[in-house]
Amino acid sequence: MQKTFWGYKRENGRVGVRNHVIVLPVDDLSNAAAEAVANNIKGTLALPHPYGRLQFGADLDLHFRTLIGTGANPNVAAVVVIGIEEGWTGRVVEGIAKTGKPVAGFGIEGHGDHETIRRASQKAREFLQAASELRREERPLKELWVSTKCGESDTTSGCGANPTVGNAFDKLYPHGVTMVFGETTELTGGEHLVAARCRTEEVRKKFQFVFDRYQEVINRHKTSDLSESQPTKGNIAGGLTTIEEKALGNIQKIGRKCLVDGVIDKAEMPDAPGLWFMDSSSAAAEMVTLCAASGFVVHFFPTGQGNVIGNPILPVIKLCANPRTVRTMSEHVDVDVSGLLRKELTPDQAGDKLLECMFRTANGRLTAAEALGHREFVLTRLYESA
Amino acid sequence: MIHFVVHEEGDGVGVVVVEGVKSGQPLEGWIMEDDKDVRVTAKSDIPIGHKLALRDYQPGDTVIKYGVDIGKVVKPIAKGEHLHVHNVKTKRW
Repeated sequence: MQKTFWGYKRENGRVGVRNHVIVLPVDDLSNAAAEAVANNIKGTLALPHPYGRLQFGADLDLHFRTLIGTGANPNVAAVVVIGIEEGWTGRVVEGIAKTGKPVAGFGIEGHGDHETIRRASQKAREFLQAASELRREERPLKELWVSTKCGESDTTSGCGANPTVGNAFDKLYPHGVTMVFGETTELTGGEHLVAARCRTEEVRKKFQFVFDRYQEVINRHKTSDLSESQPTKGNIAGGLTTIEEKALGNIQKIGRKCLVDGVIDKAEMPDAPGLWFMDSSSAAAEMVTLCAASGFVVHFFPTGQGNVIGNPILPVIKLCANPRTVRTMSEHVDVDVSGLLRKELTPDQAGDKLLECMFRTANGRLTAAEALGHREFVLTRLYESA
Repeated sequence: MIHFVVHEEGDGVGVVVVEGVKSGQPLEGWIMEDDKDVRVTAKSDIPIGHKLALRDYQPGDTVIKYGVDIGKVVKPIAKGEHLHVHNVKTKRW
């Protein structure tokens, strides 16, 4: 296996594999200005989203953590932040500025959209031209941060695509790569297997605590429709029958050797290498957005029935073992591992195939989701606004 | 030709990995973990990705896959029949 990749070394020492200049709205009201700036300055990327007003407490903390984490991600070279007013805008700017990367904020109130767009466009152009002169350099594998989350899974996920991610994780782990998995409720039925893989008793207790907490949320709100949400209609169409079966397939993604070294909250940043569990939603776009906000730069996304998700700043590599999906949705599949189910590919070869795609993606090759323009940026909400 | 795969020896279900399996069709299976072969005759049409029973089940029985409990049987299932949401339910939610 290769030991290096070509990435952009950022001011804080982290290494990115993309060089985006993003225009980040603090709130729903600023989407129009952010999109206008990105339209003016070709090559920048607006990240519109529907939230950021009247949130409070832990929900507001998560909002800021997600926006700041997204801006701070090493796949981002520079950030223009736009908010309706200057207070919260400044808070996001300050958070991103801690990385040392170029960032500027603009409040709309007192100026209006036109003037804000004019000033923000000037800054965006400056940032984009500076970023265009940055060059990739050869970096050790341990500086790559790799996340995983599967979607529209079916039974082929559990016997093909997910064990392929597990095989790759087992190979990356000894190199000191930082990795994450999550989907708290989607471990239901296999949580004891994850608990048994926790490195220390302290990690195990923390894992069990967040797992039990999420089960309470499910139990408090559940009605008769839960069995169409977990497993989803797509999962059931693909042959998955129960949450337990789905969970056991899901858990294949963490391989057989690597241990769970720590537990993080949503959009929290790991502070050491190893495999981390993030307490998170199992909804694809929410989870992948949280991985990006936690600082991950490449994502493994196994699918069975054909989830088409991407992310604005995090390259999402899709792998699939379902021969029908590979045939009918080939434009979405980066790595075809359907040979696993025909005994034409060993798990080891499948893992190597995924790693080869990971290196090519890290070195600059666009994923299917990037080429198709999938930029799902979905913020997780914890409860109602004030 | 592999028509269905089984995760490990002792699992009570196999996953159909080819399209168009019909009732009455003799099927060849592969137990992945143990690299062994197994044969079963399909007793239902089973879509790709869906499971077939590798033994007879009665209501209240537990279905094992990956060597772990994946749910409870709610209607009788014969070996070779389609096993899914119509005859197996979660024990959790």
